[in-house]
Amino acid sequence: MATKRVTGSQAVILSLLEEGVDTIFGYPGGAIMPIYDALYDFDKQITHILTRHEQGAVHAAEGYAKVTGKAGVCFATSGPGATNLITGIADAQIDSIPLVCITGQVASPLLGTDAFQESDVVGISMPVTKWNYQVTNIEEIPEAIAKAFYIAQSGRPGPVLLDIAKDAQVQELDFEYKKCTKIRSYISEHPVDPFKVKEAADLINEAKKPLLLFGQGVIIANAEDELKTFIEKTGIPAAWTLLGLSALPSDHPLNVGMLGMHGNYGPNIKTNEADLIIAVGMRFDDRVTGKVSAYATNAKIIHLEVDPAEINKIVKVDVGVLGSAKKSLPMLTLNVKENKHEAWLQEFRDCDKIEQEKVIQKDTFPTKEGLTMGEAVRMVSEKVNNNAVLVTDVGQQQMIASRYFKFTQSKSNVTSGGLGTMGYGIPAAMGAQLGAKDRTVCCFVGDGGFQMTLQELGTIVQNKLPVKIILLNNNFLGMVRQWQQLFFDRRYSFTELQNPDFIMITNGFGMPAHKVSKREDLEAGVQKMMEHDGPYLLEVVCEKEDNVFPMVPAGASVSDIILEA
Amino acid sequence: MKQEFIITVYSENHIGLLNRITINFTRRKINIESLTVSASAIQGISKFTIVVNETEDRVKKVVSQLEKVVDVLKAFYHTNEEMVYQELALYKVQTESLYESDQIEQLVRKSGARILEITREFTVIEKTGHKTETQKMFDDLSQFGVLQFIRSGRIAITRDPIERLSEFLKERDALLESMD
Repeated sequence: MATKRVTGSQAVILSLLEEGVDTIFGYPGGAIMPIYDALYDFDKQITHILTRHEQGAVHAAEGYAKVTGKAGVCFATSGPGATNLITGIADAQIDSIPLVCITGQVASPLLGTDAFQESDVVGISMPVTKWNYQVTNIEEIPEAIAKAFYIAQSGRPGPVLLDIAKDAQVQELDFEYKKCTKIRSYISEHPVDPFKVKEAADLINEAKKPLLLFGQGVIIANAEDELKTFIEKTGIPAAWTLLGLSALPSDHPLNVGMLGMHGNYGPNIKTNEADLIIAVGMRFDDRVTGKVSAYATNAKIIHLEVDPAEINKIVKVDVGVLGSAKKSLPMLTLNVKENKHEAWLQEFRDCDKIEQEKVIQKDTFPTKEGLTMGEAVRMVSEKVNNNAVLVTDVGQQQMIASRYFKFTQSKSNVTSGGLGTMGYGIPAAMGAQLGAKDRTVCCFVGDGGFQMTLQELGTIVQNKLPVKIILLNNNFLGMVRQWQQLFFDRRYSFTELQNPDFIMITNGFGMPAHKVSKREDLEAGVQKMMEHDGPYLLEVVCEKEDNVFPMVPAGASVSDIILEA
Repeated sequence: MKQEFIITVYSENHIGLLNRITINFTRRKINIESLTVSASAIQGISKFTIVVNETEDRVKKVVSQLEKVVDVLKAFYHTNEEMVYQELALYKVQTESLYESDQIEQLVRKSGARILEITREFTVIEKTGHKTETQKMFDDLSQFGVLQFIRSGRIAITRDPIERLSEFLKERDALLESMD
């Protein structure tokens, strides 16, 4: 490859182009100005989205990564610019989202001198990054970026951060780029052990009541088809974690619903009746398991997982199959017998009937006066023919939307799972829209989370991103209020909000908005939002003290799931 | 049950790696009793020897987290019985106390310690051994007044006949090649 004399900043941009980057989310400032100056010449190849806060940039990069499967890229300056990224980086770390964050840093002679806007970003981000590195020597730039993309996107993905000193940005080097394909100390994906597959297949062939649990690992590995082939051959019911949502179409006959605290009744209760659990690309999060000592009590456990540290981390497994689900699932399919578990599956349908009666009907087709979150979610999902990208914030609306929004294709669910980051929704939605330009993006957000990052409405309008925001307003920090009601004797300690006029605020950003508070206006409101060409906010005034059910109370067993208070 | 474990981490020699390793302990509130970092027998590879007092289950989990660190090649854990280990201690006493009786000389002889330096004012004694031994020496010397005392972190090698790291590196190279 011919080399070319360029500055460090140009090398950064050229390296990003080599990695196929087309979108960057960021916010300029002193220590990253040379890189922004270099970016100025590449506006044909790279779209830069100027967010209103660095937290917006990093959540947008997460949203972009979720729908594309590619690393989301963000830029921030040193000091506060970099520290404002931290929440999103931590979110990406716990949810295995590939991010490449590039921060400017003070010039290397100033490191450690408390220079203006200096902070130890490498130190601060270390516990929440998969890898990070400070570049002070210009020659390292191409290699560091190549390594960053390889580490972020391979194996179990995660966020990486490169902190580039200002002097390295302005010096010159002979640019040559070589992609990173391996690192001696890092095995992204272990080869699948055929003996383990055989052991797992034997357990599956013997099982009378097997239950498969899938997580985001299936989506990351692009193993949706492999999952479907496996369950269709074996007839095994499949339940999903919050992040596994959309990997299997909602209407698939073997899709038995969501696991965990606000998941469906059947998969929770049946976890403790199953004689075999097959966990695929999930990590037994405490929101899924409830009380671990009372979890899957009658089952042997098989765990298909790419990250060796996850096997036996929370629950002891009988067979751990290391490797990508893309490779292990087809091997398993080859080794298992065709089967049907009709009676077992019927038990799930019976549970569904109970849940339908006690919860779902009331949530989605309510007869009481106030609007419910459930009916708004159902209405939106229907209007988009169950085929949109769902972005949620964190809290009651997140659980309700995950329960009632329906999906036909994968990579359609964008949410903050492990970290539970309020304020994630709006910025993640704009990133998702940029990653999936031809799709409809519907963002559900509560009145609490909305006010954490609503400044990004400005970014959405400036970039004409046609996201549909459904603000479910109950004038409360609803999930906390629900817990206060159920577990703290209705002592509503600092959860009620005095809200602004959301319509006026949204209009102030130049975005049309409409408010509905009556059932008879809901459908027309949703219809109008969907027909509008461009971004739109629909505020739905919801019943103030509605709760999300079913619920596995914190610390309780999944068997103790409650359907009503 | 908590007991002493020796965790050995082999890594690339990169800046900041010590921090990346120790945060795994900090996060789980596991105290590091002793820590030694040095170059290993293989060029470019650093070796961390970390002593903790923990349950085996927790040690196992922290070791698998350490192996996730991108620049870490391999991490092992062992019980004390599985390793030959040693620590080094230095004691500074007043030279005058050596004149007063032969007790210090007896102590040095009996414990296999040695004298590193003698000046008019002070004498530096060196002793290698397990912590209990170097501690006993400290206690014994205390009656004469110890001006300064320092104990190194633990260093340890396995009782295995094979060098695990070179075996591991061979396997790793084969694995990397198969990935092509």
